[in-house]
Amino acid sequence: MERALFLIFAVTAIGAALNVLLRRHPLHSALALLVMLGALTGFYVLLGAYFLAVIQVVIYAGAILVLFLFVIMLLNVRAEEARIERRPYVRWLAVPFAALLGAEIIYLVRVFEENPSPSGTSVGVTEAVGRELLTTYLLPFELTSILILIAVLGAVVLARRERR
Amino acid sequence: MGLIVEAVLKIVVVFGVVLTFLAYLALFERKILGWIQLRYGPNRVGPWGLLQPLADLLKFLFKEDVRPTTPNPILFSLAPILSLVPALMTYAVIPFGDRIELFGREITLYITSLNVGVLYLFALSGLGVYGIVIAGWASNSKYSLLGGLRSAAQMISYELALTLSVVGVLIQAGSLDLVEIVRAQSGTYFGIIPKWHAFWYQPLGFLLFFIAAVAETNRVPFDLPEAETELVAGYHTEYSATKFAMFYVAEYANILAVSALATTLFLGGWNGPGVERVPLLGVFYFGAKTAVFLFIYIWLRATLPRFRYDQLMRFGWKVLLPLAFANIVFSSVMALVA
Repeated sequence: MERALFLIFAVTAIGAALNVLLRRHPLHSALALLVMLGALTGFYVLLGAYFLAVIQVVIYAGAILVLFLFVIMLLNVRAEEARIERRPYVRWLAVPFAALLGAEIIYLVRVFEENPSPSGTSVGVTEAVGRELLTTYLLPFELTSILILIAVLGAVVLARRERR
Repeated sequence: MGLIVEAVLKIVVVFGVVLTFLAYLALFERKILGWIQLRYGPNRVGPWGLLQPLADLLKFLFKEDVRPTTPNPILFSLAPILSLVPALMTYAVIPFGDRIELFGREITLYITSLNVGVLYLFALSGLGVYGIVIAGWASNSKYSLLGGLRSAAQMISYELALTLSVVGVLIQAGSLDLVEIVRAQSGTYFGIIPKWHAFWYQPLGFLLFFIAAVAETNRVPFDLPEAETELVAGYHTEYSATKFAMFYVAEYANILAVSALATTLFLGGWNGPGVERVPLLGVFYFGAKTAVFLFIYIWLRATLPRFRYDQLMRFGWKVLLPLAFANIVFSSVMALVA
């Protein structure tokens, strides 16, 4: 049962991810990304990490992706416009990044060992996540919040400058 | 096996009751609006207009499905589904009552209780935006597009205030599980005042939640996405027949869901006198409290004029949001002191 669900989610995720890249219209890409996020949520649920699963939907699907859609619709980006390539050399950057990703995947497959499924443990439960964030990972957690604060301030500065 | 049968039966009963109630909610709305505006409201179909929902349903099913010329027929058909499904999924975690004994087994009066119940509901309310946005875009009409855009902006803005207004309750109850939150509100202060969160110490959170919920469901006075004087009918201008009915049901499903949620989070859910002895009474208390919210919703619609768009945005970001933050600080301090 778990394996079958995993396969369904995996195929959906990969198919949707390919759609994100291959679709010409930015709106279709964004919707494919939504499907991808949904499949990823399925993985989290299978792992027993309910908190992460729900937060993933709230933040990415519920907030960030809606903003993507909003911008695409507001600017009315058309399929042709999106395809204009301003800097052709950017395309060649794909080669080193693909190589890096490939190396990572090979490394992971080699070090992978059959772990007992962590479902049933309390890794992804709200309390466990909160405790870890505020003890073990306190410094990165606080640094992230400072980063977000800077981003908020930046947005306010940019918005105010426009009005003048 | 018995567990699966029980779960399926519960799902069937809850959805049967909820969907029937939603149909009648539309009738009650028209009746109450009629009374407030000194007229009768629907009274032709059946006694007291009671068969009106059935007539409406038949009409929606048999009307012609008019489609606009759109480059995205699939998305056009998908949008009402995307709007309705998250709205109905909310009822999976709403606790209608505690638990009863039936045929020798203990049956809980909710479909399931998640340990991230509150977050699950917010995730669904976030997903509800997609149906409206995609409807606006796929309709290939400027009124629909503007309605969809407005709705997206409004729902993102008020979702923040809605979520943050609940944080106080979570701090006070110490759980994200809706059943646990209701349990935390049982009992009374000094033997008279019920231990509901709305009384102590979340009155501000309660007010913020209710205002943000009205905005989140696109109802008057926050119904700018379908402001008929400017946008015809907003995102569902181009929809007809069954697809329109789905948007319609989704709107009422959302109203009922936030009313039930307000009852659960702030008014003690199924709690009331005598519930410990007769658990089935809890369902009645829950229904009665939810009905009060539903009435206020309709009352608001009959009473208030619509906001202007910039007023709506300013109110959400500069009034509701700071107050919600203040409420979180206040709740944290109270939790530390108590």
